[in-house]
Amino acid sequence: MLSFTSQRLVVALSVALTVSIVAFLLLHLSGDLATAIAGPEATAAQVAEVRHQFGLDRPMTLQYLDWLWRALHFDFGNSFYYRDSVTSLVAARLPVTLTLGAISLALSLVIAVPLGALAAVYSGTIVDRLALGFCVLGQAVPAFCLGLGLIIVFAVQLRWLPVSGNASWKNYVLPSIALGWYAVPAVMRLSRNGMLEVLSSDYIRTARAKGLRPSVVIVKHALRNAIIPVVALAAVQFGFMLGGSIVIEAVFNMQGLGYLAWEAIARNDFPVVQAVVLILAVIYVALTFLADVANAFLDPRIRLI
Amino acid sequence: MTAPAPTGIDAATDALRQVMLATPRRGSALLRRSLGHSGLVAGGVMLVAIVAVALAAPLIAPHDPYNQDLARRLIPPIWHAKGNWEHVLGTDKLGRDYLSRLVFGARISLLIGTLTVLISGTIGTAIGVCAGYFGGRVDAVLSYVVTTRLALPVVLVALASAALVGGSLQGVIVVLGLLLWDRFAVVTRSATQQIARTDYVAAARAIGCSTLRILLSEILPNILNALIVVATLEMAHAILLEAALSFLGLGVQPPLPSWGLMISEGKQYMFFSPWVIGIPAAALVCLVLAINLVGDGLRDVTAPENRD
Repeated sequence: MLSFTSQRLVVALSVALTVSIVAFLLLHLSGDLATAIAGPEATAAQVAEVRHQFGLDRPMTLQYLDWLWRALHFDFGNSFYYRDSVTSLVAARLPVTLTLGAISLALSLVIAVPLGALAAVYSGTIVDRLALGFCVLGQAVPAFCLGLGLIIVFAVQLRWLPVSGNASWKNYVLPSIALGWYAVPAVMRLSRNGMLEVLSSDYIRTARAKGLRPSVVIVKHALRNAIIPVVALAAVQFGFMLGGSIVIEAVFNMQGLGYLAWEAIARNDFPVVQAVVLILAVIYVALTFLADVANAFLDPRIRLI
Repeated sequence: MTAPAPTGIDAATDALRQVMLATPRRGSALLRRSLGHSGLVAGGVMLVAIVAVALAAPLIAPHDPYNQDLARRLIPPIWHAKGNWEHVLGTDKLGRDYLSRLVFGARISLLIGTLTVLISGTIGTAIGVCAGYFGGRVDAVLSYVVTTRLALPVVLVALASAALVGGSLQGVIVVLGLLLWDRFAVVTRSATQQIARTDYVAAARAIGCSTLRILLSEILPNILNALIVVATLEMAHAILLEAALSFLGLGVQPPLPSWGLMISEGKQYMFFSPWVIGIPAAALVCLVLAINLVGDGLRDVTAPENRD
């Protein structure tokens, strides 16, 4: 277990390091930083001054190492637009996105796991077909279209929930449905397939043969084993949701990390973009690492790989 | 049954196990099975219809999709009381005929889907086949590249890169093509691993075939089924991402009639004229649904043992 964990940790750390190089290059591909910082009216001398002041005339490797060192201390420089530190901007927005992602994930698991299990138990029947049809249809509806549709129905026509913003818990209901929707088909298929595999195993036959009630067999014996792979998928999906929430936050005008990144991209505010890319990627890497370890803990066979 | 694999590339392999390797079969049997698969038939009919509409767009569109007429702004579609037959699906905020824009928009979505998949498919297949065939260090390095790519938030990186190259049709295609190869790599890697172990590959090696020849004439034709299935699903993915990028204003630029852009332009009018976003959204759903049905159906008929 220890060697498995440390091996995964090395991979996770090196992936995070590679991603940091990509994020660093993103900023430097965006054009001449000195010109961007100095502003459009600056003279050539002022630009040169800025270039020296910010250390942009140093070799690229040195600049990267310096940036990485600062990033490790949560210092991502200053936003070109806000003239404020990127760290404080991100710190103010991150809770909104994490809350949205967590609610969305919970919502999609609550819908998808029972639906998948039900489809497996009644495999081949109308229940199964309806669940799979729901999946196929669900995959075809883009999250932002669903979000706009939800706004029209529940916010504009029925007036049950607010249209936009992130002031109260009510603001999270519609965006969470739109974002959680995205993960439902994948989770449902995986829990259905896992359940189908488990239901055909010997220990389930034994449990049935010794006369246990079907509900006990299905919930206590089958489901608990069938959802082990769902743990890993849920972690990965949470990472995807944090990245994908940019579209949902734009639809609902929620002041989260995605909205911040969207505005920053439109304004060429690349220090912010770079920080958000790095933070989301590191969260994703950490999540997959934790999922790996959790999976190996739940299912000892994995540790042998 | 294999043990549930850990995350990263192995988890992706596991999650994509249904999109897998198929054994070669006779053409007629395949056709018979295809026609018996209702999802594949329904998706195929829808897809052919949409492609036909896109190809014949100049013949079908009643008006010029770029022609503005500010006197006829936001005319509702025909099923609405105030609709009229001159603009069957109404007009947008600039008085452009919505049906004409919708029909020409199909061209953009299909173009982006096809070209993106050609680029990403080439990259992903090259990576996956090399990783699967050579194994060892090559596999370790390439898998690492795939894992790194999976860690990058796609929508965000696509948005930032599209902004860097300046939002345009070509820009979106290149950016998506360079980003969406991960699934191709994952699937072709595991498919190649299975083929590389077969006797006929060993035989080809024994009679002295070059590596390139083995890859092109033994491996590639045998992973083609899996490749086509991934290609259809990735095409849907690319079309959805383009719509999202254009919706956020960093994809295809006005006045092109991209469906995502039409939704974005209609957003401010959706409270009083919901059809402004409803019509392009419905078109998008139909296209993606058709492609996904075809992809799922192809997987079922080419590899029935892997259906869910």
